[in-house]
Amino acid sequence: MTVAARTGPAGTGLTGTGQLTRLALRRDRIGLPAGVYVITVLVTVTAYGLKKLYPTADSRAALAATAGTNPALRFLYGRLDGASLGSLTTWRYGMWAGIFVSLMTIFVVIRHTRSDEEAGRLELVGSAAVGRQAALVAALLTAAAASVAVAVLLCVTLPLVRLPAAGSAALALAIGCCGLAFTGIAAVAAQLTSSARTARGIALGALGVAFVLRGVGDSAGAGGPSWLSWASPLGWIQLTRPFAAPRWWVLGLPLAVCLLGTGLAFELAARRDHGAGLLPDRPGRATASDFLRGPFGLAWRLERGLLLGWVTGYAVTFVACGAAAKGIGQLLGTSSALQREFSRLGGQAVIVNAYLAALMLLAGLVAAAYAISTILRLRTEETGDRAEPVLATATGRVRWALSHIVLAVVGAALLLAVAGVATGLGYGLRAGSVGYQVGRMAGAALGQLPPALVLAAIAILVFGLWPEASVPAAWTALGLVVAIALFGQVLQLSHWVMDISPFTHAPRLPGGTVSAAPLLWLCLLALALAAVGLAGLRRRDIG
Amino acid sequence: MSDAIEIRALRKSFGRTRALDGLDLSVRAGEVHAFLGPNGAGKTTTIRILLGLLRKDGGEATLLGGDPWRDAVGLHRRLAYVPGDVTLWPGLTGGEIIDLLGRLRGGMDAKRRQALIERFALDPTKKARAYSRGNRQKVALIAALASDAELLLLDEPTAGLDPLMEAAFRDCVNDERHDGRTVLLSSHILAEAEALSDRVTIIRDGQAVETGTLAEMRHLTRDFVDAELAGPVSLDGLPGVHDLAVQGTHLRCEVDHAALNEVLARLTAVGVRSLTCRPPTLEELFLRHYSSERTSAGARG
Repeated sequence: MTVAARTGPAGTGLTGTGQLTRLALRRDRIGLPAGVYVITVLVTVTAYGLKKLYPTADSRAALAATAGTNPALRFLYGRLDGASLGSLTTWRYGMWAGIFVSLMTIFVVIRHTRSDEEAGRLELVGSAAVGRQAALVAALLTAAAASVAVAVLLCVTLPLVRLPAAGSAALALAIGCCGLAFTGIAAVAAQLTSSARTARGIALGALGVAFVLRGVGDSAGAGGPSWLSWASPLGWIQLTRPFAAPRWWVLGLPLAVCLLGTGLAFELAARRDHGAGLLPDRPGRATASDFLRGPFGLAWRLERGLLLGWVTGYAVTFVACGAAAKGIGQLLGTSSALQREFSRLGGQAVIVNAYLAALMLLAGLVAAAYAISTILRLRTEETGDRAEPVLATATGRVRWALSHIVLAVVGAALLLAVAGVATGLGYGLRAGSVGYQVGRMAGAALGQLPPALVLAAIAILVFGLWPEASVPAAWTALGLVVAIALFGQVLQLSHWVMDISPFTHAPRLPGGTVSAAPLLWLCLLALALAAVGLAGLRRRDIG
Repeated sequence: MSDAIEIRALRKSFGRTRALDGLDLSVRAGEVHAFLGPNGAGKTTTIRILLGLLRKDGGEATLLGGDPWRDAVGLHRRLAYVPGDVTLWPGLTGGEIIDLLGRLRGGMDAKRRQALIERFALDPTKKARAYSRGNRQKVALIAALASDAELLLLDEPTAGLDPLMEAAFRDCVNDERHDGRTVLLSSHILAEAEALSDRVTIIRDGQAVETGTLAEMRHLTRDFVDAELAGPVSLDGLPGVHDLAVQGTHLRCEVDHAALNEVLARLTAVGVRSLTCRPPTLEELFLRHYSSERTSAGARG
């Protein structure tokens, strides 16, 4: 018998896709259903909560008249079309559900493509009778399944809280299609670099850009750049207008992005080597620079690219958002009825300040996310066996941990300072008095640092005491705080619940009053949590 | 001579798994000590306790006269470590990592660094992401060997090296021995331990089952005899003869040292055409310790 006769059926590029999809679903069997469940429940419960809180058409109209036209709230939540329960639900959670679905699909796609490839697992899989495109297809199918599951479940649950069936379907599909669009974007990101971390950063960066584009577009007044919302997959959800004469054709936009993205990803994947990105690795230094001499030098070297990316993203975002604050004044100038309503609330300055304060809250929450991810890098280093060679040298555990903690704290402070200065610059350049605006916005932004540090300290605490749970626990804490900050007031949560979030205790600047005591307490709390965490780290096993 | 490493009745459990169950180990200053055992025997756990990364549950461990947990940082200035599974920072080059680890340890010899890079034929300008497993191993080895540490802890250091590089590694360890450095070499590659080590400790299921020089261990064991004879011979029933196999005039068996004289006398009485008599390889010692069938067969014989 010849060798050729012994080869099995030829197979195609897709051979083994079914197996790999089952493997991906098996690996995500807890996270994926949990994500789908939480997103479905959040949207459904919001609809139910709004129904309880605003039972009459009049009360809903009042909410729509104030909240739906407030530029700060439009920046955070998006457009509001009409005053029906469905429209309010779409405004309050439609875009955010899209963000959550997109986050889920981005993590799923990168995890089953570039992460596996970087770790060498795909090499093992690829050596079996598996087609060249099978792994990418399996990852896309898994992510798409999650998006479709959210859409299908929402189609069923929203009518249960008495929302019109057609509108419910439109909203559910808009949210699901948003997830599909970012599935395509993540597939492209996974092809670009050889590092999963960078690939994830690119996809999340695209999500951030989409948020800001539609944020500026949604909050822009008449004559402002409201067309920007059309440039963002996140904007398309509310542009579908699910409960106010749905524009079904808008659903075609995310589907087109999905198809273009996956097509491009397959094209790129076919042109590169296994394990490589689009850019070849260049040779580096043969010896280390003087700066790379201790754990701090190492932490800086590992994190500098990421921090630079964050700083750039912050600068661009907040200059744009600051500049958009000027447009808010113009919007109010056009409508006398609204003008009266807002004068009653405190006038134009108050509205602009509320918008700027909401921006600073967002800057604080995202800076907390940066700090947490930098601290959790310690855990990644530990489980990746890269902490071991460092700790086997004359480097103590606390010093090793502090190298990343200092970077997290300084980085978060830097990001907030950049947010403040950029917002002040953007607003000041259009509204005048740049120096004054930069000064007061920088102060307002840094007021968000203590609560962000409390969240970072929680990450240190779990890393020291309960390392196995540190990653989910730290992100859950952030998720809880984000939920309270964004949705607490509208859902009229009790003060007790609101007080859990450290951001509730930070001053609402600009426009609010500042008292030093809560900030001081937050700093002390952060210090205490971090100290307990470090004490735990000194006692526990490494690895 | 003082002991560089002194371990008595060391215990460590991970949940219900007992990794170390009363381990004894002593490594004398200036010797190359091989620490042999199959995967999962507890070698890496022992080294991690010595590095102060894991906390012992019971027993005593002394490293260079200090407590490995309490005095970790001070002790680490005096030792260098090569992990069994070397993972590096993907974005740093090999050269950068060697320098970084040297500096973290408190200094390295630049000339020796260069000589080792040439000896191991490593390209220090490549990013760690692009290194093969053997090249990652080389980075960690060069960083450790270029340091002026008095103790080297090497956890399966040649896994992933090709035979040429393995030879280079052996030369390096012999140089270290001449410089008076202490080496603890954990391994399951027996030829390596046989070629390099002064003394050996064999570990199984978290306990040391045997320790000593190879000469001392062979003393306890048998020689292998393989002979081509002029005529048939019968060694049946002779005390001290094991695993006897006779095919015509070809004879193979294992013989206790005490019985060797008697066996040779009987063979020469028949007439010997060729004779091989050799001590067991470490491989065979190893098999005897780790294969339960052989252990019980030995007990019967």
